[in-house]
Amino acid sequence: MTWSDTFLGVLKDNDVRLVSYVPDNVLTPLLKSVTTDNYFLSVGATREDEAIGTVTGAYMAGLRGAVMMQTSGFALLANALASLVMPYNIPAIMVISERGTLGEFNIGQALVARTMRPVLDTLGIVHHTLDDETRMRFVIDSSIKQAFATQAPVAFILSPLLTGGNPAALAKLKV
Amino acid sequence: MSNERAAIKTLNRTALTKRLVRKLTRQEAVIGGIGNANFDLFAAGHRPQNFYMLGSMGLACPIALGVALAQPERGVVALEGDGSILMGLGCLATIANMKPRNLTVIIWDNGMYQITGKQQAATSGMTDIVAVARGAGIAASEWVRDEAHFDRLIDRRFDDGGPILLAVKIDDEPGNAQTPRDPPLIRSRFMKGLGTSRGGALET
Repeated sequence: MTWSDTFLGVLKDNDVRLVSYVPDNVLTPLLKSVTTDNYFLSVGATREDEAIGTVTGAYMAGLRGAVMMQTSGFALLANALASLVMPYNIPAIMVISERGTLGEFNIGQALVARTMRPVLDTLGIVHHTLDDETRMRFVIDSSIKQAFATQAPVAFILSPLLTGGNPAALAKLKV
Repeated sequence: MSNERAAIKTLNRTALTKRLVRKLTRQEAVIGGIGNANFDLFAAGHRPQNFYMLGSMGLACPIALGVALAQPERGVVALEGDGSILMGLGCLATIANMKPRNLTVIIWDNGMYQITGKQQAATSGMTDIVAVARGAGIAASEWVRDEAHFDRLIDRRFDDGGPILLAVKIDDEPGNAQTPRDPPLIRSRFMKGLGTSRGGALET
């Protein structure tokens, strides 16, 4: 089973049906299934904060959701997290493919990646970096259950150690 | 300025919000955008299906889309200011493509950032929100011409016929109440109003 199959299986086990996303190369296997599997209701968003808004509305109306994005997209979220998700206690599930490290060619990605964990830590948002396929099922399943039980968001950062990173980006690094 | 936009009457948000709320007889959900949009929604009389946004400027429509997708049998209305929708025009494209038949968006357009000191917004110049919405793919988008036209446009069931966007040219009057700044309470009451409360006996 691939990491993406494991991930989607855990979303299903926890009734997370709505997925709003802004596309990313590394997320391709997840998004391919999310947009073709009838279990999921997928919403292609134009910005990541829009996706957070949609998942927030859906949660309050009884439908659990996740937001999928890449590192630079997370950098758009500080206000939506600080003025919507946190004060209204919304268990938003965030799935972030990690750019900017372990073989990044784009300096913008490398710099913006440094803001991600400090923003999560500053807001007190639980986050887990997934870098090991053998342990990821337990980490995401238990953390999603905790998010809904405690009415708090959670972020899963998909490390290149798990996903193999962005092949196009790695190719650009070749000398 | 388009002829359509030039030929309309300037209306009042407080008065029209009251007219709208009186029409909501099927427990429609209403998402009040940050600032005057939700202040006047609160001023029109609290309903259990009201959600008041106290931050996250620009996200009233995305939140309303989430509610509409989760409860397709319930009518959902987003109330948003022109400055707010300008902050996230992309959501109109998302809504157009998701085609939620139970979603109505109302844009209160005073051409300014009233609450921060009446600074001009792009909508006071070249930008026509109805044209933007149509271009994004929400074909049923139109300017409200006057009170009678507004009444005709909202004399319908909100759980079908969408997505619809109505833009209303309004005056510069500020909102007429202050929504209590208690987000967990707002969320809890809204979820009770939508039948999704986790509170059980605590809510009775």
